[in-house]
Amino acid sequence: MKRKLTNWRLFTFTSLTALFLSGCGEPFLSTLTPAGEAGQTAYDLMLLSTWIMVGVVIVVSVLFAIAVLKFRRKKDDPAIPKQVEGSHVLEMIWTIIPIILLIILAIPTVLATFDLADTKAMDKKKEDGTTDAMVVNVRANLYWWEFEYPNQKIITSQELVVPTDQKVYFNVKASDVKHSFWIPAAGGKIDTNVENVNQIWLEFDGEKAEEADNLFYGKCAELCGPSHALMDFKVHALPKREFDQWVTAMQAIDAKAAEAKPEDPAAAAGQEIFNQKCLSCHAVTTADARPEAARTAPNLAGFGERERIAGILEHNEEELKNWISNPEEYKPGNKMTGTYGELSDQETDQLAAYLMSLKVE
Amino acid sequence: MAAEQKFTPQTWPESPEQATLEGKNKFLGFWFFLGGETVLFASLFATYLALKDSVPSDTHAKASDLFELPLVFLMTMLLLTSSLTSVFAIYHMKNYSFKKMQQWLFITVVLGLGFLACEIYEFYHYYHEFEHKFTSSAFGSAFYTLVGFHGGHVVFGLSWIIALMVRNAKRGLNLYNAPKFYLASLYWHFIDVVWVFIFTVVYLMGMVG
Amino acid sequence: MSSIAHTQKRGFTSTVWEYLTTVDHKKIAILYLLAGGFFFIVGGIEAMMIRIQLAVPNNDFVSAGLFNEIITMHGTTMIFLAAMPLLFAFMNAVMPLQIGARDVAFPFVNALGFWLFFFGGLFLNLSWFLGGAPDAGWTSYASLSLASEGHGIDFYALGLQISGFGTLMGGINFLVTIINMRAPGMTYMRMPLFTWTTFVASALILFAFPPLTVGLFMLIFDRMFGSGFFDVAMGGNTIIWEHFFWIFGHPEVYILVLPAFGLFSEIFPTFARKRLFGYSSMVFATVLIGFLGFMVWAHHMFTTGLGPVANAIFAVATMAIAVPTGIKIFNWILTIWGGSIKFTVPMLYAVAFIPSFVMGGVTGVMQAAAPADYQFHDSYFIVAHFHYVIVGGIVLGLLGGAHFYWPLMFGTMLSEKLGKITFVLFLVGFHLTFFIQHFLGLMGMPRRVWTFLEGQGLETGNLISSIGAGLMALGILVLLVNIVITQKNNIQVGRDPWKDGRTLEWAIPSPTPFYNFKQLPLVRGLDAFWIEKMEGKTDMTPAEPIGDIHMPNNSFVPFVISLGLFIAAFGAMYHADEGKDWAIPVLIIGMLITFGAMLYRSVKDDHGYHIHKEDLLDEAEGGTR
Repeated sequence: MKRKLTNWRLFTFTSLTALFLSGCGEPFLSTLTPAGEAGQTAYDLMLLSTWIMVGVVIVVSVLFAIAVLKFRRKKDDPAIPKQVEGSHVLEMIWTIIPIILLIILAIPTVLATFDLADTKAMDKKKEDGTTDAMVVNVRANLYWWEFEYPNQKIITSQELVVPTDQKVYFNVKASDVKHSFWIPAAGGKIDTNVENVNQIWLEFDGEKAEEADNLFYGKCAELCGPSHALMDFKVHALPKREFDQWVTAMQAIDAKAAEAKPEDPAAAAGQEIFNQKCLSCHAVTTADARPEAARTAPNLAGFGERERIAGILEHNEEELKNWISNPEEYKPGNKMTGTYGELSDQETDQLAAYLMSLKVE
Repeated sequence: MAAEQKFTPQTWPESPEQATLEGKNKFLGFWFFLGGETVLFASLFATYLALKDSVPSDTHAKASDLFELPLVFLMTMLLLTSSLTSVFAIYHMKNYSFKKMQQWLFITVVLGLGFLACEIYEFYHYYHEFEHKFTSSAFGSAFYTLVGFHGGHVVFGLSWIIALMVRNAKRGLNLYNAPKFYLASLYWHFIDVVWVFIFTVVYLMGMVG
Repeated sequence: MSSIAHTQKRGFTSTVWEYLTTVDHKKIAILYLLAGGFFFIVGGIEAMMIRIQLAVPNNDFVSAGLFNEIITMHGTTMIFLAAMPLLFAFMNAVMPLQIGARDVAFPFVNALGFWLFFFGGLFLNLSWFLGGAPDAGWTSYASLSLASEGHGIDFYALGLQISGFGTLMGGINFLVTIINMRAPGMTYMRMPLFTWTTFVASALILFAFPPLTVGLFMLIFDRMFGSGFFDVAMGGNTIIWEHFFWIFGHPEVYILVLPAFGLFSEIFPTFARKRLFGYSSMVFATVLIGFLGFMVWAHHMFTTGLGPVANAIFAVATMAIAVPTGIKIFNWILTIWGGSIKFTVPMLYAVAFIPSFVMGGVTGVMQAAAPADYQFHDSYFIVAHFHYVIVGGIVLGLLGGAHFYWPLMFGTMLSEKLGKITFVLFLVGFHLTFFIQHFLGLMGMPRRVWTFLEGQGLETGNLISSIGAGLMALGILVLLVNIVITQKNNIQVGRDPWKDGRTLEWAIPSPTPFYNFKQLPLVRGLDAFWIEKMEGKTDMTPAEPIGDIHMPNNSFVPFVISLGLFIAAFGAMYHADEGKDWAIPVLIIGMLITFGAMLYRSVKDDHGYHIHKEDLLDEAEGGTR
């Protein structure tokens, strides 16, 4: 028996070792490498609770192991052990000690709960309706993300760009079914509900962002349909100065810029096709004045400089063509499949050339 | 067998509904059932309160447009009275006077039917005058579900009492059916209590605003 | 019918008919065991498909849509159709014997409860063959469940509704049985702990299932009858579903785990030959857990946006549950402390349960810290946590309980050797599968993902997890072989086969007579049988002279009532489809069958029958044959 017990301990041990070899996960994704204050708060609580709980597990395991090893029955020993009813002293001890441990955990929990919910800065609106706080409106859709910057008046999608070393406030909601907005490395998630707007703040530390090459992964954390697993987005955390440059460049992509014909003839032909077949859903300007309900597909302004296609595929023309020819294969259940008719190979090439030419100047 | 034993008013036990183990079990089990029903209605009330006046546009009727006191007051009176008459019925059951029990149960049923008729008229009225439908808004769904569940209970309670009356018309009282009569009346009281809450939460609070 | 002779051998058809109409708690227990076991295998196969799909990144073993159907059905099946009925099997088989009762309070309702559960489960699983299973997760959150195409979610809502009625009836039945039908001397504080946990779990069922019923009704109305509870465009609100689901769903966890605690509380004293340590504090802790179980549902909704006040309150309330659970763990350890431990298969499961469940418990406390849970929620950390609780608590309890009570239910003993193989494979597989998942979650893997991309550091962990799942499946295969061999050999082991039985159920002759107790026993304290044994007696002291025993008649009506609802459910589901004009008549016919059968039941006299004193005495004399 003893050998069998050690056996399974050994297995747990092996898996533990495998784990440490792989470290704490990737810095752009893992909750164990917090990239800012919100993530750090959660991480600190995780550590505190882990230490308390590891202590509990050790105490229980030691007691348990002694009991199991020491009181084994000798072969067919007929002895009847003393029948003990209980012990008030012991029972008090293992009631009171857990209560104390839980109080130690409860106090920082409550404090952090209120701290992370403090989004008052968003509500201090100036006369023109803008705020001093950095605000992003997040809208989750099957299976893509829209990021609207109400102060800067720009809209983008799939790739969130935020300044480092300051709190970024988010208004989140969903336009079809419930999703959940999660950037694991930056902090906890918040559900994007269909009936109300939720608020949350995150913060990206400049140094930590550098360690992750200024790029974090974001995920949808609530089951939302077949392609739930593929509803990724990316977060570029840039120093304030670079962020401001990005804003200015994005603001420059107005209607006039978007209408300008690309120099490359293939891209120009692609633009024609795009305007015919895609423009009714996809905008290519950052100042999309249409109401939300009409913005039924990701905004493609600056598409040529994105990290991923559709949030998941590598960003190159080959993958883009694959995506355009058969989106269903890459994101089952998406809303784009079958909305733009058949495209010939040439048309697909031209479309891809055009989309890749959409850059933030 | 014990269950079919004949009694006289003298030998009839004090609490006939709990005189046998089966009776005791039914008595207790039914109270537990009513406990579950209470949670069920509490959930429906919570839903109603959450969705009250929650309509897609201002053209839809709200609670304060819909409800009128006189009809609902009449319904309340009918149901409260029927609860009282069912008490009389059980009083006679305990005294082993089967005929009087049947008479009072009959009055209970008539009053219950009156309540149902009013409710059907009421729904018809909302439906046609106000376009307030089950499928027109979340408010409508919640209203008809709460009040309709209660109405469904009334229908079931009436069917139950009628079935008992018909079934036992020739056999009279014994320790096998006494618990059944008792429980049917208990169910009827429960329906009544739920209605008091509906009257308060839905109608009175609805009219106040 | 009224003779004892009908326990003799019978033909196949008459056996089937006997089980279709039985109202005997022992036979209903076997029905629950068979049906629950079947669904457990089905859920297990689904689990294996999940782990195969996730073994490597970018796998295409199953498609995305099918994967969502599999995870939904895995969760729903395991909770509603496997864990609950398997526990009900033990409650039915053991609890009436433990309190010295001849049957449950409402034998007819007991049968009805089983058949409702069975037809509900059958209906739910037919979805696989009729256009696709539900695919919105076992929680079936409203916006997704309304958007889901096809009839999958309809199967979910209707199937769970039907089986939920069955569960509710079972709960009321057990409550009344325990309150009204205890043998003379069996006071509340002398009840075995499994009876206590059955009692508290039944009370939880009574109060937790109605919110689910209401939630499911609203889902059914929204999907099939055009209402707007969860439709935002009509003014609806999907958060209502989340509340109702978890007001039910959290107590459900305790409905499942408390009876498993009860099973362990029977196994520990038996194989340590020592009285349960701190019996009264165990009872108190059980009741307290049941009570607190209703106060904490919103900890499943920390990220829904309920605000910091609600989150803080529910966080602290959740932590409080750790205290009574801790009391239980220490009491179990102190029960074996100073005992004389024999490592039989049931005891192995009980022993393995303690560290496994403690790990599930502590991660639960970690999640109670709301801000940390913003990270844990809906990640693989959660998957790891609740499998540690459910597998490490409930499934180990069920496996241990099955080995422990097999002799009581079937008169035979499962092979200890094969049992130990199952135990090792299952336990090693279990830890291998789920321990690593904590870290996958922390490393940023959301739950319910159909696949994962390369280069996110998730490959190794997922592969290890899948290997573990394979070991668990192997273990269950060995168990099945064990069961087949045991039943084929059919070696009857007689009364009190573990030799150290302490409670009333072991005092009964084996196989258990269909009337359970010829004479109701007199209970003189906790561990009633043990007390008699310690005084050198082999039997319980009877509390009454031999007399006529009243028995209920078998009935086919429960089957018919349930069948009617099963038929009606098809009508309700298809009535809105084009070209299915038959649906409304089917709905009506189904309801007529159900209500007709109910009316038949209440109009027709059914007084049961009596086993006469003389027959009992005859049998006592001829019993040695």
